[in-house]
Amino acid sequence: MNDGTPTDLRHTPLHDLHRELGARLVPFAGYEMPVQYTSIIEEHRTVRSAVGLFDLSHMGELGVSGDSAVEYLRHALVTDPGTLEIGQAQYSMVCDVDGGIIDDLIAYRLADEEFLVVCNASNRTGVIEQLSRLLAEGDFSASLDDRSDRTGLVAPQGPNAAALIGELTDLDLDSIGNYRSAEGSVAGIDCLVARTGYTGEDGFELFCDASRAQDLWEALAAAGDRHGARPCGLGARDTLRLEAGMPLYGNELGRDTNPFEVNLGRVVKLEKGDFVGRAALQAVKESGPARKLIGLQMVDNAIPRFGYEVRAGGAAVGRVTSGTLSPTLGTKIAMALVPADTAGLGNLFEVVVRDRPYRAEQVQLPFYKRPRD
Amino acid sequence: MSYPDDLRYSKEHEWVRVEGSRATIGITSFAADELGDVVFVELPEVGATLSQFGTFGVVESVKAVSDLYAPISGEVIEVNEALRDAPELLNADAFGEGWIAKVELTDTAQLDGLMDAAAYTAETA
Repeated sequence: MNDGTPTDLRHTPLHDLHRELGARLVPFAGYEMPVQYTSIIEEHRTVRSAVGLFDLSHMGELGVSGDSAVEYLRHALVTDPGTLEIGQAQYSMVCDVDGGIIDDLIAYRLADEEFLVVCNASNRTGVIEQLSRLLAEGDFSASLDDRSDRTGLVAPQGPNAAALIGELTDLDLDSIGNYRSAEGSVAGIDCLVARTGYTGEDGFELFCDASRAQDLWEALAAAGDRHGARPCGLGARDTLRLEAGMPLYGNELGRDTNPFEVNLGRVVKLEKGDFVGRAALQAVKESGPARKLIGLQMVDNAIPRFGYEVRAGGAAVGRVTSGTLSPTLGTKIAMALVPADTAGLGNLFEVVVRDRPYRAEQVQLPFYKRPRD
Repeated sequence: MSYPDDLRYSKEHEWVRVEGSRATIGITSFAADELGDVVFVELPEVGATLSQFGTFGVVESVKAVSDLYAPISGEVIEVNEALRDAPELLNADAFGEGWIAKVELTDTAQLDGLMDAAAYTAETA
């Protein structure tokens, strides 16, 4: 058990608060981050039934602005940010020329010529390298501004998130639809209020100046008592996104995977014109991806986990990319990358756990869909 | 945190309760807290031979997989079947309902090498 605290890890503006709350802190993407406060399962259930507060200040926030911000992002991303209205956001990716995924991210259009690109903390350096290189190579009138260290990000996620934030803001949250954002004041703090998340529930991501992140958190926590709010760590974030069938970079996504293999071909806008990775991705689309990301539900009693071998007909065919006991469903679930020709709903696979094969059935992704009214 | 005085403890955070020539073994509340929510326990089979400090099973939390190390040598005569459906008993009652196995001891002298409650308290402080 770890009794030394690495000293080279970075801290978010909420670090002291996490310590006071008794969080278990672990190294994650170069930061010391809360993996849980009390119990991953309880925190997971809080997000499904009430509202959980996440500190996501470690994530990367890149400002892109200028006359040709749209053309520049259209070149660098697989999506077309030019189709976004102001205040709208889209899930997107940066791919390499070979079609491999450098990162998945969300692009928010803040103004005609201004975007906020939010990327994974673990890929911040790689994304900035790629975007900087493309900016330097191209003839774009645009600028790239890494705002990550100046930005705090607190995410209230769950069915009570809107009611909670609604107490603290004059913004009309009903007018901020899914994948929409608006600038406004929350608890007297200037925020970009975005209706985005990574849990499969309704929820928001509140971007503010790093110096105000603690005030924002404390205001949400104080008002949150009435809404069943509690702090939630990265452990619950992982099980929540897995139930919701959302890919995680480093697990489902990587340089050696392309969007079509992981069921995200719809994100790639081949028709928008040339962009980085287009030729390779066009070829994958035409030939069909060699592999496919599938959902598995264990038939036998064992927990599938990252890296475990997946067999079909007794032969090794792939690996589990993420797996867990599903706190919501009570079943043991996994995502796995397998050859496309072995995939099919209802097909039987085996997952090798500690040298023994256990049966698993391919099921529809996502495992969990939130009830909508 | 306080630990029961009638048990012996290993550095790997397992406990032993001796009753004549037999003993009950489990993991400590310290270990259960460190693991977090326990969601799966792979129990040894009845009749299996455990050797002291050798692995005899697996405990899985939401995030991690950890081996169980036998605090003493012996033959497994009973396992806690309740853990198959309720692994969370390890978190709720590590020294009681969360027991893992009962064994017939083969070398009671091994107990002398284990810690008492005071030493284990110091170990986990």
